[in-house]
Formats: sequence, structure tokens, C-alpha cells
Amino acid sequence: MTDSLTGTARSDFPADADLSDDTLVRVDNLVKYFPVKGNGMLGRTVTNVQAVDGVSLTIKRGKTLGLVGETGCGKSTLARCIAGLIPATSGKVYFEGKDITNLSRGAMRPFRRDIQMIFQDPYGALNPRRRVGSIIGEPFAIHNTASGADRKRAVQELMERVGLNPEHYNRFPAEFSGGQRQRIGVARALALRPKLIICDEPVSALDVSIQAQVLNLLADLQDDFGLSYLFIAHDLEVVRHVSDSVTVMYLGRIAESGPGDQVYDHPRHPYSAALLSAAPAADPDSAAARQRIILTGDVPSPINPPTGCRFHPRCPKAQDLCGTAEPALEAKAGDPVSHLTACHFPVETGEILARAGRREQR
Amino acid sequence: MSVTELQFQAASVQDAPAVAIQGRSQWQLTWRRLRKDRVAIASVVVILLMIVFALGAPVIAAIVGHPVDQAYPNIGQNSFGNPVGPGVHGFPLGTDEIGRDLLVRIAYGARISLFVGLLTTAIATVLGVTLGLVAGYFGGVIDAILARFFDAALAFPFIILALALASRFRPSLTIVIAVISFFSWAGISRIVRGQTLSLKEKEYVEAARSLGAGPTRIMFLDILPNLLGPVLVLATLYIPTAVVFEATLSFLGIGIPEPAPSWGNILGEAQSFYQVAWWYIVFPSLFLLITTLAFNLLGDGIRDAIDPRTERIFAGSKATRGNRGRRGKRGQLNLDQAIVVGQGGDQLANLPVTNAGGDVTP
Repeated sequence: MTDSLTGTARSDFPADADLSDDTLVRVDNLVKYFPVKGNGMLGRTVTNVQAVDGVSLTIKRGKTLGLVGETGCGKSTLARCIAGLIPATSGKVYFEGKDITNLSRGAMRPFRRDIQMIFQDPYGALNPRRRVGSIIGEPFAIHNTASGADRKRAVQELMERVGLNPEHYNRFPAEFSGGQRQRIGVARALALRPKLIICDEPVSALDVSIQAQVLNLLADLQDDFGLSYLFIAHDLEVVRHVSDSVTVMYLGRIAESGPGDQVYDHPRHPYSAALLSAAPAADPDSAAARQRIILTGDVPSPINPPTGCRFHPRCPKAQDLCGTAEPALEAKAGDPVSHLTACHFPVETGEILARAGRREQR
Repeated sequence: MSVTELQFQAASVQDAPAVAIQGRSQWQLTWRRLRKDRVAIASVVVILLMIVFALGAPVIAAIVGHPVDQAYPNIGQNSFGNPVGPGVHGFPLGTDEIGRDLLVRIAYGARISLFVGLLTTAIATVLGVTLGLVAGYFGGVIDAILARFFDAALAFPFIILALALASRFRPSLTIVIAVISFFSWAGISRIVRGQTLSLKEKEYVEAARSLGAGPTRIMFLDILPNLLGPVLVLATLYIPTAVVFEATLSFLGIGIPEPAPSWGNILGEAQSFYQVAWWYIVFPSLFLLITTLAFNLLGDGIRDAIDPRTERIFAGSKATRGNRGRRGKRGQLNLDQAIVVGQGGDQLANLPVTNAGGDVTP
């Protein structure tokens, strides 16, 4: 790490998140454990699900941070902690330098205007019994910013902005397609002119052609309103397309993070490399030429995660050290300072991780 | 901007002709289905007639010329001192044991019965919904305490409580209403609590929280509209229960005190005379039966109309009878059903336009 600190690398994603003007959100060593209770009314906490375990990251003003990882790695939990929807077990979340961790509802209220969410399921995220006008107008009602005709006009402007017909003000969510519903969700998130929008797999539930429309809409809105996004997704290509920097999570920890091109073109963590090798490629030639890394076993239970590096039971490069010592998240030799990897034996460019598949241990 | 420049959806949406499309609410659709259910409509008519009958009790008394509490020892009793039968001496439904006009007594009794039925149901519904929402939404200790209250209220021996209260305070209308309400709310609370437990996990509730909505707003604006259906059905079915409940208490002499007539205390008196005066016990029983039956059938009809997937023994019209079993797929396209239909695939083509969520109003 020492040699790269003095390098001339891009500083999109510095190791020590500073509070300079372009940092919108800083997450500092965030931990979220869900207690597993025993039986009975007064059940004792038996153990914990370690959903997020010591995650630090920063989101830059006007930029998009992509967050990838397989199901159950804690991406959504992290997002909900940042949005203040669930309390963090420990660690801090700073928004524009102000500590917003575990604020009461009243104290959080002013920040609600600045931090909004777009949800994964366009069917579940809209109340089926309320009309679209009332759904998109709800932020105005809650924050008393507009009422009556003003609110209706504001809602219709938003609908127009996200590509919905303002005439459909009185319709119910059930009368819209998945893509249109997601636009409704975007309009609602946009209503209070937030600075940060947390997109929790906003396009995973959509048809591919609709995905592109929604992604383009999000990109346009970012340009127009200077929004920052925390963009969570499974789809690595989607994340690459939208993100300025990318963070890869595995089992509640960050495996690798850095500028998008760096992580995608030179993945250093074996997990990132395996994930990237598994993503479908649009070009058949490059797909054929690619060496797929097939990981064995399932993701271990976050109730009882492996010691040392959490990835070591499935890692093709694992050695004894990996099971005992936890690797620090740091810039590896030859990488820019913004490209951090938590691995004892980072992947070298051109290295083939073909050993995977033979290891059967969990 | 650029995965692909797919903007045509937005464009086409805006080019769409501005037809005045008013989405039909859940209640409008429910009403449309209910209107086609002959049994339910007949029940509504019967209930309305019964209400008119009750409200018109003084008019009936004036027409037949017999005030409610006026005994006619000469013309209202035969030579043995027993009640006279229907049609005798201008008593349309005969008289009771001291020669009062039975029709007028039943009409005034209808006032008490319907008043008690509707008021106690209203009290129980408001109380039950509120406590159920609170228990389900907040959970934890609040839920544990309230759940014990529900259990206690449901397990309580109601006759004994009524006897105790009546002996302590003398029987009165207030005690009847209090006792019936007390035994009705817990059932509603349980249903509401269970529904709330599942509804509060919906993404739209999380969306509301992320907008800064408080618990009251979420409970009453986001959750309540989604469980009004079962509550409405339950309330409709509680009305006849309450009517019978009142009759039972009055029959036992711990309900509405004489000389005020109620169906229960008329029947209570009648039991000594059924051998000499069949009309004395048959007519009040008939009114009680018709009223409770009408409310029960209406409740069934509402349940069917709200959720067309359910089956019941008395299917309303021929059309519904023929389609029974397919009705689930032909119902209104609400959220859950949309998914079911989507999985059915081939059924989608069979969906009649009139039943879809947002048809064009002609």
C-alpha cells in the first residue's frame, strides 16, 4: 500500500474517505447483525446473522457507486442501513459530513428529503389501493411542501419528466406495465429533489429492453439534477454501464472496490474475477475465448461465516494463511490507490484460475 | 446515455390520445361484481326493508291504531285470557299475553335489534381494527400484551359477564351494547393483526418509511386500505351475530328490560305461550331469522365480490354459477391475480376487457 500511496493514481475512491466537498456519503465500518432469537416470548439472542460486517465506502457527489455481489451478501441490508430504514449495529453513516446513523424518525426527517430509494420489485413497491397521483404526491403530503392544485401540478410534471402520461394521474398501479411502474417509483423518489438515490436492484425485475429505458432515464436524471446513485444490482454489465466506481461484496464484507474500469478489466480479488468470468458477454468471440472460473459450493451461512478471509473455502487460490488471517482492504502493488482489494494473494493480470472446481471443501 | 436509445415507449405514451381514463377503484369493481349477485342484492333489499320497517314503527303503530305499550285486555285477549291470533280484532299478527299488538312490538323491537347490531359492530370494528393494526405494526412487547388481551376477550364466558353486570347495574341497553362490543372486537383484532404482520413487510410500506411517513400514516393510509376487504366482510357477518347476541341476552332477561320491546324479550315471554299462541313465537323468530340470514348472505356476497376466487354454496346468478372455478382467473386484475395470470400464460387471452383494471369508460 505504501508505494501506491505516492503514485499518481486517480483518487476517485480514496482509502481514507475525506470529507472534502465532493463526498456525499461516507460509510464507516458499518456493521449490521440480525439477532436470531430462541423460542418463546422472552427468547434470548442465540446467535447473529452477520449480514454486513465492517463495510466502509464513500459515495461522491454526482457520481454512481455500483454495488455488486451474489444474493445474500448484504447489499440490500447495507442500502437500508444507509437509508436509515433499519438501525445499524455499529459503525457510522455520514451524509454531507453529518452523522445520520440511527437517528430518530424526527431527527432523520430533514435527511429523508435528500436520500431516497428506488425498489427492486415494481409490483410490491407501489400500494395497489392508491392512485398513482396519490403515490407520487405522497412525499409532498408527508413533508407539507405542496397541496391541492400545486401538488397535482407537481405530480404531473414529475410524471411527464419520467415519461409517463400525466393524464394517467387517476389510475391504479395495476393498470401499468412493470417498466411504467418503475417509472412511477422513480418519480416518487425524485419528488423531493434528493441528492442521493439508492437504487436497490431497480431493473432486475424488468424485461431487458425496459431495463435500458429505465437506465437511460436514470442517467438523464443524474445529468439534470446532479444526483448521486448507490446502484445495487446482480447484473455486472448493467453496473459497469452506470457506475463510476464499483464495490464487490461477498458475505457481508467488501472484497474489492475501485473505479469501474479498473475492477472490470483488472480484477484482483479471485471472487471478482470469478464473478466477472461468469457474466454473459455480448460478443461471442470474447465469450469463447474467456476462461470461466467455476466456484464450488454454496455461499457459507452468514450466521457462521468462515474465519480469516470469508471467501477462502471457495477460493481457487486459497492457502493456509487465508483461513487464519483476515486480509485488509488495501491497494495492491501495481494498482492505483483507489483500487482496493481484500486478498492475501491477489490475481495477477493474465493469471488463469483454472484450479477451481477441484476443491470440494466448504 | 446510451445502452440503446430506446426512448420510443416514452414517446408513444405521450402521443397516446388523451382519452379520459378513470381507473376503477377496488370498491367500484367490487360494487360492479356485487350488483350481479342476485342473492346479495336481494339481501340488501331485505335489509333496507327491515330498516324502513324499524324506522317506520311509529307509522305502523298509527296505522293499526295500537300504541306499542298499550294493552287491550278486552279485544286483545280471548275469553281464557290468552293472546288472540293474527287478523282477529284488527291485530295483523295477533297479540301477546297481555293483549298488546305483536306487529307493533316487533317493529319497535326491530329498532333495538338493528341499532344494537349496527352500533356494536361499528364499535367492535373501530376498536378491533385500531388495536389489531397497532399490535401487528409495532410488534414486540406491545403485540405480546395486546395479544393476551385478545385471547382473554375471546376466552371470556360472555353469559357470566353479562349476568354479573346485569345483576350489579340492572339490565340496560348500555350494558347490552358494552357486553356485545367487548366480545366482538377481539376477533376482528386478530384478523387485522395477522394481515398487518404480512402487509407491513411489503416494499410499499418500506417506501413510505423511506419518504419519512410516521407509523400512524403508514397504518391508516398504507396498510388499512389493503385489509378493508376482509374487515368489511367480517363486519357484515358480525351484525347478525350481534343481533342474535342481543336477542339471547334479552331472552335470558339480562338484556333489554321490559316494557321496551326487543325481539329477544318478546321471544322470552313467548316461550310460555307457544302451545296456545303459535304466532307469538313464530313471527318474532321469523323476523330474527330473515334479518340474520340477509346479513349473512350479504356478507358472503361481499366476500365473493372482493375476492372472486373464493367459492360459496349459493352462487348468485346463473352466470356466476356457470363460471365457478374459472372465476379466479376472470377476476379483476389486481396485484396478486396479475401474477397468477402471468404464470397461467394462456389464460391472459381469455381475460374479458370489462373485468380488467382500467377499461375506457364509454
